[in-house]
Amino acid sequence: MHSTAISLEGLRKSYGDKMVLDGVDLGVGTGTVTALLGQNGAGKTTTIHILSTLIHADAGTASVAGCDVAGDPDGVRAAIGLTGQFSAVDDLLTGEENLYLMARLRHLGAKRSRTRVAELLEQFDLAESARNRLSTYSGGMRRRLDLAMTLVATPSVIFLDEPTSGLDPRSRHTMWDMVRNLVAEGTTVLLTTQHLEEADRLADRIAVLDGGRIVAEGTPDELKRLVPGGHVRLRFADAATLGSAAQLLQESESDESGLSLTVPSQGEPAALRALLNRLDAANLPVDHLSIHTPDLDDVFFALTGRVETKGTLP
Amino acid sequence: MTTTAASPVRPGAKRPSHAVADAITLLRRNLLHMVRYPGLSLFTILGPVVALLFIVHVFGGTLGAGLPGVDAGGGREAYVSYVLPGILMVTVASSAGGVAITAAMDMTEGITARFRTMAISRSAVLAGHVLGNTIVGLIAVVLVFGVGLLIGFRPTADLPGWLSALGLIALTCYAISWLGVAMGIQAKSVETASNWPLLLTLLPFLGSGFVPTASMPEWLQWFAQYQPFTPLIEALRGLLFGTDPGWNLWVSLGWCVVIIAIGYAWSMSIYERRSVR
Repeated sequence: MHSTAISLEGLRKSYGDKMVLDGVDLGVGTGTVTALLGQNGAGKTTTIHILSTLIHADAGTASVAGCDVAGDPDGVRAAIGLTGQFSAVDDLLTGEENLYLMARLRHLGAKRSRTRVAELLEQFDLAESARNRLSTYSGGMRRRLDLAMTLVATPSVIFLDEPTSGLDPRSRHTMWDMVRNLVAEGTTVLLTTQHLEEADRLADRIAVLDGGRIVAEGTPDELKRLVPGGHVRLRFADAATLGSAAQLLQESESDESGLSLTVPSQGEPAALRALLNRLDAANLPVDHLSIHTPDLDDVFFALTGRVETKGTLP
Repeated sequence: MTTTAASPVRPGAKRPSHAVADAITLLRRNLLHMVRYPGLSLFTILGPVVALLFIVHVFGGTLGAGLPGVDAGGGREAYVSYVLPGILMVTVASSAGGVAITAAMDMTEGITARFRTMAISRSAVLAGHVLGNTIVGLIAVVLVFGVGLLIGFRPTADLPGWLSALGLIALTCYAISWLGVAMGIQAKSVETASNWPLLLTLLPFLGSGFVPTASMPEWLQWFAQYQPFTPLIEALRGLLFGTDPGWNLWVSLGWCVVIIAIGYAWSMSIYERRSVR
């Protein structure tokens, strides 16, 4: 069992009448990645802001790297790095100057600063544009620089607030690789995301935040088991075949107008083979088959009984 | 005065030795900004020179002739010497507008939020702005001085007088910059950041900088007598012309301390609240 790098107990925060956090409890083990999953307004960013000492909680306690965020904010600040949703880079400086600024403020010393800055420029593929003004940087480059600036002093706990929002698919994969490298080096990561896929790929544990509360918490597999949204959709040539197949597969749901049948499944190959064999044995030819894995909509529907995330996702 | 700026306020702060280093790091950042984005600093630096030339050449002849003990012929030359300390204080006062805009702009930047998640003393971030602006203000002061010498300003001070005058100007600039930073952080937007500092720019005009206060209506005389810029201008005049500035110097230093205290306490108390995005 890991020791705890981040722990939250009964965290509450409201702005005027609007309750944003309604008693959040969470623990993050040292050297692990936890994803805070939730829709816009669920309280993800507020949680990150409290943990990174930007705002104060109304009630409850939170500690990061053994320091209480309210009692010893400077202790927390010395141990953490935050890459937020909005870029925290200095636009009037070059990439290299931004990194040096961080190195000086972290008091690395001239020699260590030079090696660390060169190392990060190389690692984040920014060496070529190191001396260019940020106005010439692409969105992906800015995000990489942002993360590099966070890492200058090799913090032991890193908060990533929607690290891939607004990035193209290639930059998104680059970012994922960088997060994996961090974890390989033993860094504790708490990231927020709206996408189950991202949480699934990166996180050891996922905490689902809804309406200011953690409504579910566990490994990606545990969480997906809670979600009945995984299914395969079978399409048939005519209504008669559809009818027979629906009788054969009792647990399915049939859609007459689409001539299709929805069968709950997590998409494992063995289960799919068994399903197709049954249909084959009954002489019911399938025209088309597609697999649907659970997405955030399904998780939310399962956990909260609401579907209001529909439409807010791309 | 650097220690005033950079010493941490909270007794719990862990590494006070870094506050000065951090202030210098952030000063370097601000100076780099000024070099990269010189428009605002140029306005602060060149504006007072234009004001000096305008006032001396357009109003100088008439206003100078009205000074006590000056004959009608030598008005403009006499007025240059009379008005220059006042223009220097306008230069210092108007530098508050620049730092207010810079500070307000910085509050909207993500990097300010980043600074707040780092173990940097809050006063170091603000002191970076204040020191940067003090440097810009002093460049403007030197330029106004130079132009003043070219158009007939002939100070008669000895070396200690010159150094004291420079010291007084630097201290005033530093004090006004703290007030400017506070006003900039207080502003709701970058567009309105320089509104309050504009009032500071007007203050020297309502003192003894441009005409003797005896020529003003009685209520204005009262105001002119008790506002900070009158003793500052009188002390500067005394130092530059080798006469004893007397009490005006001590009153000026007192005002500077009060303004620094207000600007520092004001900006520190609203910094956290204003910089949450």
